Amino acid sequence: MQEALAKQAPASRLKSELSRRIWRNKWLYIMIAPGILYFIIFKYIPMFGLVIAFQDFKPFFGFTGSEWVGFKHFERLFTEPDFLNILSNTLILFAMNLFFYFPIPIILALMLNEVRINFFKRLFQSLVYLPHFLSWVIIVSISFVMLTMDGGIINELLVYFGFEKVNFLLSNAWFRPIYIIQVIWREAGWGTIIYLAAIASIDPQLYEAARMDGASRMRQVWHITLPAIRSVIIVLLILKIGDVLELGFEHVYLLLNSMNREVAEIIDTYVYTAGLRQGQFSYSTAIGFFKSLVGLILVMFANYLAKKMGEEGVY
Amino acid sequence: MIEDRTFKGRIFALVNYFLLTIIALITVLPFVHVVAGSFTTSAELAAKRFILIPTEWSFDAYRFIFSTNTIFKAMGVSVGVTLFGTLFSMLITSLMAYGLARRDLDGRKYIMFLVVFTMLFSGGLIPSFLVVKEMGLIDSYLALIIPSTISAFNLIILKNFFQNIPEGLEESAKIDGSSDFGILFRIVLPLSMPAIATLSLFYAVTYWNTYLNAIMYLNDSKMWPIQVLLRQIVVLASGMEFSSDLDATVPPPEQTVKMAVIVVATLPILCVYPFLQKHFAKGAMLGSIKG
Repeated sequence: MQEALAKQAPASRLKSELSRRIWRNKWLYIMIAPGILYFIIFKYIPMFGLVIAFQDFKPFFGFTGSEWVGFKHFERLFTEPDFLNILSNTLILFAMNLFFYFPIPIILALMLNEVRINFFKRLFQSLVYLPHFLSWVIIVSISFVMLTMDGGIINELLVYFGFEKVNFLLSNAWFRPIYIIQVIWREAGWGTIIYLAAIASIDPQLYEAARMDGASRMRQVWHITLPAIRSVIIVLLILKIGDVLELGFEHVYLLLNSMNREVAEIIDTYVYTAGLRQGQFSYSTAIGFFKSLVGLILVMFANYLAKKMGEEGVY
Repeated sequence: MIEDRTFKGRIFALVNYFLLTIIALITVLPFVHVVAGSFTTSAELAAKRFILIPTEWSFDAYRFIFSTNTIFKAMGVSVGVTLFGTLFSMLITSLMAYGLARRDLDGRKYIMFLVVFTMLFSGGLIPSFLVVKEMGLIDSYLALIIPSTISAFNLIILKNFFQNIPEGLEESAKIDGSSDFGILFRIVLPLSMPAIATLSLFYAVTYWNTYLNAIMYLNDSKMWPIQVLLRQIVVLASGMEFSSDLDATVPPPEQTVKMAVIVVATLPILCVYPFLQKHFAKGAMLGSIKG
């Protein structure tokens, strides 16, 4: 008895110490409470809401009253030819992002780093950062005004140089090029900012030493700058891979029309149309669940690879 | 670095400047074209191949779009949502970031994990929609603000910034009898102005650009913010809702009107951009500091 009490005493004292600390910091907990409430309501409850992917969800009956159907919607997903098409559209856009967009900010940052005239550098940055702050609606609208068949500047120029007009906006062939050009136009400039910050933190003595040894400009970039920003590149690559299926609903949705649906329908737009427009809540939730899961697995895998290669990784 | 004065080095620099100039031009010329096009007559726009500076100035397009209050109303909605949304987001984000930045807060590691996890995994569109619907926010402007109150990314940036403020300052304030709220509002926030400016801009831009939430949660076209209206006019090119309000006897100069709406929807961002731009580099660097 006595022994048991003696054993318990430190534990309960620890406990009371903890509650004392919590009580002392009560105002801090009150400060973080609204934020935590936000994350619970708008992030975690929807995660539990994913259960409707295993139900035939009817809004009228709610989460509890709807019928459980197991993996029915997931089976439908993998047997429906529509879905395979949408998945491949999504993956193609992702690959284009990785190959055509991802290297551009790195190259731009390296080029910008060679600029010695500060005024030029600042002016360039203000100009190319700007599109990042405009909505996709504005970016797509500007493109539409320029690409339209009746009076768009691009088609007028084509005619002027003796070519036929091209119906860019209603074509399967032009959807992907237009998509990726808009991504580059909006994000490439802004994308340089993090690389520039990394380059700025390189010790200038390294360059001096390299110059003493007679290293050319290109060799300095190759042997000093690139290795120095390697870990930043890898972190951003991991994040990009985690975003594999996060191609920007708004962007694609704005470009989507009945003429290019075959190549432009991606998972996000399909979830929106099937779920909110046609009311197939459970099926589209199953698709969304699949997407989130793939994203999570990929980012963990990429992170694992990075750590294997001796990099820090994201978490 | 010192200038490379060899011949090869100079050629290299020249080519570099040339390419960067081209890139900058390609980035901004579409805007210049749209702004110029909005200030000219449709006849001139049709006749000329490329307009950077119109020879024939005209405000017809603007007179046309402001002839009804459709645009004014949509702009008003967007301005209101942006102002209230940014204030609300900054308040909730600062409170939470400050709590999480304090090392003596028990459980902060777990809370941080829960925050970071939302960046990696989400319930997706439909469950989020159902939550907002259950809360009765459909067809309310609150639906454009509350579901996007905190950006986990912004929260982490701000928390890291707060952590870099010397703890001694807070300690001495506490000894002087300041409460946690007092320390945050009188000491920490005034010392964090670059971060506050950058993040306010990020939030404001997000609210101004809000589109998905608006089409999901607002069924009533009278409540539309400017982005949805812009899409209706330019992308759908139907503009039914829009043109029915207008005087049908004056056929609209279509291209120029679209351009004018684009300019109006972009203007607020162009106005604040130069003032906040100097903070960006700093703000983005904060983001690269790992938490």
